[in-house]
Amino acid sequence: MNILVCIKQVPDMESKFKVNGEGSWYDSADLAWRMNEYDEYAVEQAVQLKEQAGGDLTVLCIGPERVKETMKKALAMGCDRGVHVADDDSFKKDPFSIASIIAEHAKTKSYDVIFTGMQSQDRGSAQVGVLAAETLGIPSVTTIVGFVFEGGKITVKRELEGGVKAVVKLPVPALVTCQLGLNTPRYPTLPNIMKAKKKELLTVPVAELLKTSAVQETRTLYFPEKKGGGLILEGEIGELADKLIKILKDKTAVLA
Amino acid sequence: MQGGVYDLIAFAKKVGAESAMFLVGSDSELPKYEGTVYLADVATCGEYNPDVHKQLLLEIIGKVKPDMVIFCHSSYGWDLAPRVASALKAGQVSEVVDFVDGLPVVPVCNSKLRRKVAVNTAMTVLTLQAGAFSLADDPTGTPTLEKISAGATGRIEFAGYEYAEKGGVDLTKAAVIVSAGRGIGKPENIAIVAGLAKALRGEYGASRPVVDAEWAEHNRQVGTTGQTVSPKLYVACGISGAIQHLAGMKKSEFIVAINTDKDAPIGEVADVLVVADLKQFIPVLTEKIEAM
Repeated sequence: MNILVCIKQVPDMESKFKVNGEGSWYDSADLAWRMNEYDEYAVEQAVQLKEQAGGDLTVLCIGPERVKETMKKALAMGCDRGVHVADDDSFKKDPFSIASIIAEHAKTKSYDVIFTGMQSQDRGSAQVGVLAAETLGIPSVTTIVGFVFEGGKITVKRELEGGVKAVVKLPVPALVTCQLGLNTPRYPTLPNIMKAKKKELLTVPVAELLKTSAVQETRTLYFPEKKGGGLILEGEIGELADKLIKILKDKTAVLA
Repeated sequence: MQGGVYDLIAFAKKVGAESAMFLVGSDSELPKYEGTVYLADVATCGEYNPDVHKQLLLEIIGKVKPDMVIFCHSSYGWDLAPRVASALKAGQVSEVVDFVDGLPVVPVCNSKLRRKVAVNTAMTVLTLQAGAFSLADDPTGTPTLEKISAGATGRIEFAGYEYAEKGGVDLTKAAVIVSAGRGIGKPENIAIVAGLAKALRGEYGASRPVVDAEWAEHNRQVGTTGQTVSPKLYVACGISGAIQHLAGMKKSEFIVAINTDKDAPIGEVADVLVVADLKQFIPVLTEKIEAM
């Protein structure tokens, strides 16, 4: 079985963001980077599939040199090899171009299953997985919270609204996009982290795989006006508690 | 019928556009709408059948020739929209929260930021965030109905729904909910949150990551894929305020957030944001309330 998992490196969402000089994206300086949370579930499921069915598992990631750190985590979780598509301008690309890069890589590789996260935590467009599948002409299902591979067929559970799930079956080759809670992503063990250093991590310049241009761009990126208007309380814990109790008494009937 | 259809109609009104509707459903349940509804019978073309739904929708798009194709940003919309965008080579902008100067506005980084997006293709595909656009008045109208049917079959087979287990706590009935988010750090700290809930004579809830980690049961989850609640008091403990969580609780009458991050998106809906470590603050608060 030949498996691909596509991941993205994103900043930690607790970071203090700043707008970059051109006003076109967040400033990438002074940020802590990590694997896109949805992609952790994708990597875990891909590794579980490989453990079940045997075969080869490739992790692909597009971005500047620093994304290799995140790729090493995927290798340590159990991917066999990595493809780093080197691109310092990946943040400027739109879902179409990102998906086309993935499709261009995948089209000669006969992957049986391609895993992606359902969206990225920073841009959150939730398009790349499906766009790549459409370009490759393979069926795709999004938002999976359950995955079983049996008898050459995939059975997934899609998470819908209100606690309902849909059970869906599809043949391979196929692509699935992963929702949080699909599985429990493993922590790489120290021996696996060491093994990962020896795994193949090929760098491919993006120009080799990029065949389309972006069809959209960020006109401006900005901080929204805080319409919150809520009260912010800071200070010593005992005093904060007293203040909050007073507010609850004044504003709600809860402590009457 | 899937909720959100009136969000779509509201968007069309806001941008002053004529519209037509593509609906997979049944003629016994049509929206109140003044335009044409191209109706595909769900009994024949399937509850979830992206290949077939896409084909039908593309046929209608070919007929109507719209400038924009809009979907709800829902498990249905974000699944179908990119398929259509890909076929039409139309740029798609997802989870639109506003439309300003002719450009869609979308959230970035858990809603801490916004961006305006310019699309350079002739047709644009949008998905709209739930509740971002609403009708000012009650919907009215009877649509003109045109039935369409599917010739195609799809590669993907829908094999039924699974519903959440019933029973256990019903958060929608609680007057006070104190919710635990990732900030509680470890499962043992659920007790801290539950303790405050008890002191306030309410129930404890949880955000998605806490439930995914199995620190709380699914019937305690608040958010788009859990419960939508509107209690008299909602206390969000160590919850950053992801869009999906806010959707489940922002209509609460009074919202208190306890978080070490002053800029956490939960601050957008909170009446009071207490900047503190919940593991230290909540026990002190609970003790004072119990002593009252």
